[in-house]
Amino acid sequence: MKKPMAGDFLVYDKHSNTYRVDPEQAVRDDVEKHYWLNVGRTVLKDWRLYVMLVPMILVFLFWRYFPMYELLRCFKVADQVKPVSEQFFSGFSYFKRLLVGGDSMSTDFWRALRNTFLLSFYGLCFGFPVPVILALFFNEIKSNGLRSVYQVLTYLPKFISTVVMTSLVTMLVKQGSLTTGMGILSQALSSLGVISEEVAYAGLLKNPDFFRAIYQISGIWETAGYDSIVFFAAIIAISPTSYEAAQIDGAGKMAQMRYVVLPSILSTLVIMLITRIGSLLSVGYEKVLLLYDPSTYMTADVVSTFAQRYGMGSASAASNQGIASAAEMMSNVISMLLVIGANTISRKASDVSLY
Amino acid sequence: MKRKLEISELIFKIISYTLLTMFALCCLYPFVYAVSAAISGQHAVDYGEVILFPKDIQFEAFARMFNDNMFWNAYANTLFLTVYGTLWAMLVAILGAYALSKKRLLFRTFFNFFLVFTMWFSAGIVPQYLNYLDTKEVFNAIGIMDDKWLVVIAMGMAAMNIILLRNAFEGVPSDIEEAAIVDGATEFQVLTKVYIPMSKSTIATVALFFAISRWNGYFWARQMISNANEHPLQVFIRLKLEEFTDPEFMAGWNEIYSSDSVIYALIVCSIVPILVIYPFIQKYFAKGVNVGGVKE
Repeated sequence: MKKPMAGDFLVYDKHSNTYRVDPEQAVRDDVEKHYWLNVGRTVLKDWRLYVMLVPMILVFLFWRYFPMYELLRCFKVADQVKPVSEQFFSGFSYFKRLLVGGDSMSTDFWRALRNTFLLSFYGLCFGFPVPVILALFFNEIKSNGLRSVYQVLTYLPKFISTVVMTSLVTMLVKQGSLTTGMGILSQALSSLGVISEEVAYAGLLKNPDFFRAIYQISGIWETAGYDSIVFFAAIIAISPTSYEAAQIDGAGKMAQMRYVVLPSILSTLVIMLITRIGSLLSVGYEKVLLLYDPSTYMTADVVSTFAQRYGMGSASAASNQGIASAAEMMSNVISMLLVIGANTISRKASDVSLY
Repeated sequence: MKRKLEISELIFKIISYTLLTMFALCCLYPFVYAVSAAISGQHAVDYGEVILFPKDIQFEAFARMFNDNMFWNAYANTLFLTVYGTLWAMLVAILGAYALSKKRLLFRTFFNFFLVFTMWFSAGIVPQYLNYLDTKEVFNAIGIMDDKWLVVIAMGMAAMNIILLRNAFEGVPSDIEEAAIVDGATEFQVLTKVYIPMSKSTIATVALFFAISRWNGYFWARQMISNANEHPLQVFIRLKLEEFTDPEFMAGWNEIYSSDSVIYALIVCSIVPILVIYPFIQKYFAKGVNVGGVKE
């Protein structure tokens, strides 16, 4: 570290041949000495601005940050009577039990973590390319009217709530019984020979082998059209002259894709991809909760639903609340690191920060 | 001069038209099927004879829904939550975003971080649940007995929406604000007369986001609203689905319409209002994606 020298604070006065205090530095010193006084003065002068901040701060403090304080529960001996601040510390026992406990809760946790990762990983593999392809297809339709018909139709499922969407899915693949047939989709699939009739009759949502497929396909059905907006905006921004130049050079469709379209949408692609990777551990728990069933826990149970089952029932003990919070906290911390990492990479790669 | 399409371009065009048409029909089909199944007869629905068009048309399933007071109640509750929830969220978000958009705000970086951190890290379901339970106690203690108000006030705030608003406010040229101040406008007037009119479309987009998330809200409404009279539509639909797919309940079913038809009728009823306003809000949705995509 550089040592402070007299010249940093004092200025040489030529007339009296001495050093004196730099007047600007004196003001700076004064501000530093009375820092909080100056802050108070500024706030008071501009109080209206700060009053406007108050409701937002309170909402976030009460319902976003207080729950984080409740997370202390993860490290404390469970006690339903005392508030969390007065409970005794128990160290990392809950985490240890979840990670290396060796009991059914620990295996459930690892299964949930694996399912969470797999659900969003498959979502990335299958769900990410579809909107891009859709956007390329939209670009082929030159008539504006026809294209907006297609767009309106494909955005439509996005506007349906999760509950309605899952209800539809449940009805379309429901199991058969003595008095009723199976859902229309199971019927179609079994008559096409994709799945055997017994499997379809037993109900696809009761079958752990089909949960991931149902989750991904309904996810693509719901969001692909809407997600294509971003890519379509990037594609439509390409100047027609670029295509013409490529065509004159004899480029076929594939070559045009490779040398005209791809470079133009690359930055959008990269940013969206990084965002998706950043949210690898955050699965929409509502949809899983509405679609799963004790018979499909094997492939469907994710960390949030695990926590919800163990920690939120009216009968769940206080120690379970601690364990459930610990489980979710682990996945949330990893997910936060992923998001921050993704954001840093995106900033480095493209000068665009997402937040 | 119109250039002839290359063979590869032609093939790609054909493929894209075919696949797009297929995908669009897939998107549409479940809705058409839901309508048809809702108005078809019991035997036709239960034995999968309805494929696209209704068979043995009846409107009893709809009538059953419309005669159910709880259904209208649920609708009214959803409207209540959507209207008041959006108003409250917009009030908080606009005031906060306005203050945050000012460069002269002290500790601006800290306040921004305060917001953004909630997007990175969430405490998780269980702590939130315990927190809402405590909130409920406090609300009851100060005389707010309806759980609806708990849902309106405590839930549904999203940092991303505030950041969208903040970015829009930052884009308003400062000259206009200065002119207004010279003319004697107060801080509040600057906000209502300059900033809000000048970022109308972003405000509409954000209000739409809030409204949609309120309309669709299910999980916390089901957890926190204990009185069945106060259940919003989404919870109502889910409870009906659980009830009507229960084999024990179904054993005694003896109507000219299938129990499935009731569920489909309910689904159709909840989608129709969205379809009605969909053409008007669609452009804001498309805009929201572009605003949210990239911003420094």
